[in-house]
Amino acid sequence: MDYILMGDYDIIVVGAGHAGCEAALASARMGNKTLMFSMNLEAVAMMPCNPSIGGTGKGHLVREIDALGGEMAINIDKTFLQSKMLNTAKGPAVHSLRAQADKNKYHIEMKKTIESTPNLDMKQGEVTDLVIEDGVVKGVRTNTFTQYNSKAVILATGTFLGGKIFIGSSAYESGPNGLAPSNLLTKNLKAHGMKLRRFKTGTPARCLGSSLDYSKMVEQKGDEKTVPFSFMNDSIGENQISCWLTYTNEETHKVIRDNFHRSALFGGQIEGIGPRYCPSIEDKVNRFADKERHQTFIEPEGLDTDEMYIQGMSSSLPEDVQEAFYKTIPGLENLRITRPAYAIEYDCIDPQDLKLNLETRFIENLFCAGQFNGSSGYEEAAAQGLMAGINASLKISGKNPLILGRDEAYIGVLIDDLVTKGTNEPYRIMTSRAEYRLVLRQDNADLRLTDKGYAIGLASEERYQRYLTKKNNVAMEAERLRNKTLTPAEVNGFLEKHGTTIVSSRISMEEMLKRPQIQYADLSEIDDETRPELSYHEITQLEVQIKYEGYIKKQIAQIERFKRLEDKKLSQDIDYSAIEGLRIEAYQKLNQIKPVSVGQASRISGVSPADINVLLVYLEKKRRGR
Amino acid sequence: MREDTIAAIATAAGEGGIGIVRISGEESLEILNKVFVPVSNNIKNRMLSYGHIKDPSSGKVIDEVMSVYMRGPHSYTAEDVVEIQCHGSSVSLMRILDLVLKNGARLAERGEFTKRAFLNGRLDLTQAEAVIDLIKAKTEKTFDVALNQLEGLYSEKIRDIRADLVDVLVNLTVNIDYPDEDIEELTYSKLEESLNDINNKIVKLLSTSDTGRIIREGLKVSIVGKPNVGKSSLMNALMGENRAIVTDIPGTTRDTIEESITIKNIPIVLTDTAGIHETDDVIEQIGIEKSKESFNKADLIIFVLDSSRALEEEDKKIIDHIGIRKTIVLLNKQDKGAVLSVEEIKTLIPEAVVLESTLVEGAGIDALAQAIESMVYGGEVSQGDNVMVTNVRHKNLLDEGNRCISDALSMIETRQPLEFIEIDVNRCYEALGEIIGETASDIIDKVFERFCLGK
Repeated sequence: MDYILMGDYDIIVVGAGHAGCEAALASARMGNKTLMFSMNLEAVAMMPCNPSIGGTGKGHLVREIDALGGEMAINIDKTFLQSKMLNTAKGPAVHSLRAQADKNKYHIEMKKTIESTPNLDMKQGEVTDLVIEDGVVKGVRTNTFTQYNSKAVILATGTFLGGKIFIGSSAYESGPNGLAPSNLLTKNLKAHGMKLRRFKTGTPARCLGSSLDYSKMVEQKGDEKTVPFSFMNDSIGENQISCWLTYTNEETHKVIRDNFHRSALFGGQIEGIGPRYCPSIEDKVNRFADKERHQTFIEPEGLDTDEMYIQGMSSSLPEDVQEAFYKTIPGLENLRITRPAYAIEYDCIDPQDLKLNLETRFIENLFCAGQFNGSSGYEEAAAQGLMAGINASLKISGKNPLILGRDEAYIGVLIDDLVTKGTNEPYRIMTSRAEYRLVLRQDNADLRLTDKGYAIGLASEERYQRYLTKKNNVAMEAERLRNKTLTPAEVNGFLEKHGTTIVSSRISMEEMLKRPQIQYADLSEIDDETRPELSYHEITQLEVQIKYEGYIKKQIAQIERFKRLEDKKLSQDIDYSAIEGLRIEAYQKLNQIKPVSVGQASRISGVSPADINVLLVYLEKKRRGR
Repeated sequence: MREDTIAAIATAAGEGGIGIVRISGEESLEILNKVFVPVSNNIKNRMLSYGHIKDPSSGKVIDEVMSVYMRGPHSYTAEDVVEIQCHGSSVSLMRILDLVLKNGARLAERGEFTKRAFLNGRLDLTQAEAVIDLIKAKTEKTFDVALNQLEGLYSEKIRDIRADLVDVLVNLTVNIDYPDEDIEELTYSKLEESLNDINNKIVKLLSTSDTGRIIREGLKVSIVGKPNVGKSSLMNALMGENRAIVTDIPGTTRDTIEESITIKNIPIVLTDTAGIHETDDVIEQIGIEKSKESFNKADLIIFVLDSSRALEEEDKKIIDHIGIRKTIVLLNKQDKGAVLSVEEIKTLIPEAVVLESTLVEGAGIDALAQAIESMVYGGEVSQGDNVMVTNVRHKNLLDEGNRCISDALSMIETRQPLEFIEIDVNRCYEALGEIIGETASDIIDKVFERFCLGK
C-alpha cells in the first residue's frame, strides 16, 4: 500500500495523555515543529481513573514538571476543585500537595493550551506504524494511509496499545474509558523488533452523586488555605467541593468472596501484571482477609457532572456483583452506577531497553514515555513525557541530553529506577524511593530545576525572573533575620506567648525562627518596618531553609559522596566482556544497560562493589593511555 | 575528590615489637588530633611525634606511641596519611584501630590503600594487575571467611534485629507515603519503644560480641576434664609463665577459679572447672552448675585428657557437651605411655585441635599457646583480613548502628519529623546488613506485603 506524505515535522508525539501533552508542549516550546496524534481528541489530557493530581511523591513530580517549564501544575491550578496539603504533621520534605480536579475542565484547558501553542499541531488519527531507515526513526504512518515524516518520534501510548478490558467473564479489546484500542501499532512495533510485555491496571465504578446518602459518610473538606501547584501562581481560588469517606464491611467482603470465581482477576483470563499498590477490591479482600473494613473516598468527577468516583474500589467482577457489593457500603445503598469498574491490560516495553534520555537503545531518535515505559500514574507519565520531549528536542539539535540525577529531582529517581533497575509491575513514585528526600522537596523544585529549564529554552523568561526574584528575596531575608538581634526585654514576652523558653542575652530573628514553636508569620509581632512583603512560596522556602539547615547540610554532604561515582563517566562503546576482573553476570548486565557513569553501574542488580572497583581501575588505566 | 578516610593495621599481627596503624584520607589529621596527645609541641608534617593514644570519651590512656602525619600528595596513597607506631601487641593495635574507627575512619577493605595509591597515580601501570588481583581475592575469599567466622547464633541475632528494624521502617514508610490510608498511626511513643528495644539488643550484642569483649575483657577460656588429668598442672604452667600479671578476680566461688593472664599478647580469662559429672552431693552439685555455666560462656574450651587411660563415661559426657564449640584437646601425661591417640580423639571431636602434652614437665605449653593464638587470629595471620580484623569490622558496624539509633531517639525526644528519623533508622538497617552481607533493601516490597494500600 502507498502512503501519502502529508507533512514534515521535527518531532511527532504519538498519544495525547499526560505524557503526550507534556512531550508535545515541551517540544514545541523549544522551537520544534511538532505534531501530536491522538486516537480521539476528546481524550486529550483525559483522566481515565482518579479525579486528582498530586499526593506523596506525585505532588513533588508536579512541582518539578512546573519548575522545568511543563504544563501540569498550571493546568491543575486552573481546574482544581479542592486543594489539600498532605503530611503537614510531618516534616517539609514529605509535605505533598494534592488537588481534586474537574476532569472535563482539565481536558478542555489543556486542549486550549495545546491549540494556542505556536509550532504545535494536533491531529485525530491512529498511528499504525513507524518509518524506520537504517535503525533511525523517520516518521509515522496512520490507518488512513498517510505518512508524516519527522526527525524524532515519541511514543506515549498509555493503555491504548493492545488495550483489553475485563469485566467478569467479559473481555474485549478496548482502550481506556470505552475508547478504541490501538492494535496495528503494537503489531508493527513487534515487527520492528521491540520487545513488548503486558501490564494491567484498573479503575472503580462511577455513580451518580444524587443516588448517595452523604449523611452516612464523613465529609472531607479541603484545606482552609488553598495552595497553588505552579510556581507561577501566588494564589488560586477557593475550594469548591468536598469528598466523602465511607467504609466497606463484612457484608461487602462476603459478597466479594462469594463471587471470587466470577472475577476476571482470579479466573486466569488476565495475564498482565498489576501494581501491588493499586489492588482491586477483590484483591484486597483476598490478600488481607483479616482486615475488617477498607476505606473508600467518594470524589466528584467535576462541576458539570453528577458522576462520582468511588476511590479504592477498582474491580473486574461482573456488573451484578459490582452493584451488589457497592450497595453494602453505608451511603451507597441506593447507588446508581453510570460506568462499571473494569480492569485493563495493555502493551508496554521493558524500560531497561531505554537510555537515560528515554530514547530506545535499538531505534535511534525514538523516545518513549508514560505507561508505555511501565510506569503508572498521571504525574509519572507527565514527568517522563516532559523529559522525552526535552531530550528528543536536544537530540535532533545535536545538544547534550538533560539527565536529572537522583540527587537533583524525583524525576531523576523515577527515570533512573525505570531504566537502571527495571520494573516488574506498573511503577509508582514514592518519597521513600529517593535517597535524598530532605533536599528534593516540593517547596524548592524551582530552586533545583528552573535554571536548567531556562538554559534549554523551555522555562519562560517570566518564570526565570520569578525564580531569580524568589531566590534573591529568600537570601536577602535570611540575611536580615540572621543579622537582626533583639534584647531579652524585647523578645521574652513574645517567646513566652508562643510557649518557648525565654532568653537572657540578645537573640537573632533567625535563631528564634529555628524554634519549632515559631513561624515566620509570628515574627511580624516583634519585627520592624524593614520586614519585606514575601509571597507564599518565598515564606515556605525561607522557613524550611532556616528551620532544617542542619539536616539539609548533612544530606548535602551525603550527596557530595554520592556524586563521586556519578561524575565518573563511562563511554557507551565499552565492551565490558573485555575488561579483566569483572564477573560474568556483571559484564553481561553492564553490556545490556550500558551505564553512563560508574554510579549508575553500581545500581544495576548483579554488579557488586568489587566489580565497581575493577571499573575504577579500568578507567584509571585508560586515562593513563593503556 | 572527597573520599572516606580509611584505617587498618599495617603490620602483620602477633609479630614484632612495633605495630603500625595506618590512616588515609582527608580526615586523617583530624582523627589523629582527637586520639593522640603529643608530649611536646604540635604535630608537624613528616615529623615523628612522641605521645599517648588516649580515648577522648573516657580519657583513658591506651598506649604510648610515635605518630607521623604525611600531608598528601607526598604519601603512599597520595592522600593525607597518618601512621601510629605502637607496641606490637595485637591488643594494643586492636584498641588503637577501634578508637580510630570510632573517631571517624572506616575500616579499609583489603588492598584499599594500594587501590587508592593506584587511582591517585602513585603506582605505575604494571601494578594495576596486582590491584585487580587484590580486589578479586576480596570477592572470592574474604567474605566467605567473614561469614564462616560469624557463629550461627551471632548472625541469627543480627537478622533478628534487622527484622525489628524492617518493622519500624515499613511503618515509617507507610506513614510517610500513605498519609490518607486507613492505617495505624505511628506515634512518637510507639516509635521510641521500638527503637529502645532495638538499641538494647544492639548494645547487648556489642557487649557480648567477640571482638568488643576480647578487646575489653579478654578471651574466655574454660578448662575442663575429670579429676586428676592435669588441669591444675595446666593452670600452674600457664600462670607460671605469666606470674607477674596474675590476679585473683574477687567474687569467684571456691569451685571455679578464674585467673586473668595474657598469652601471646592476647588477654585471657581462664576458668578451671570442677567437672560436670553427676553427683548427689548438694555442694558439689552447685560447683557442677557453675562449671556448666562457665563452659557455656567460654570462647574456647581446653579439654584435658589423661592419655594413659582409656575414655571413660565422664569424658564422653564432656565430649557430648562440647558439640561444635571451639576446643583444644590436650592429651596429657604422654610420659605415662599413651593409650589414646590424636586420631581417635579427632574422630570424636572433628573440629577440635588435638595436642599432646606432659604438663608436669612443661611439655606442650608452647604448642598450646600457638594454638590459642592461631584460633584467635583465624590461623593465617596476614595483614588486613584476619578474623580479629573481620570482627573489628563487625563491631565497627554495630557501633555505627548503635549511634544511628541513639541519634534517632534524641530526634524523637525533640519531636523532629518522621522523615528525618527514618534516615538514621535506615542507616542502622544498612550497617547491620553489611555485617551479614545483605545489602539489598526490600522495604518497599514489605510495605505492600503488609499493608493494604491503593487508590
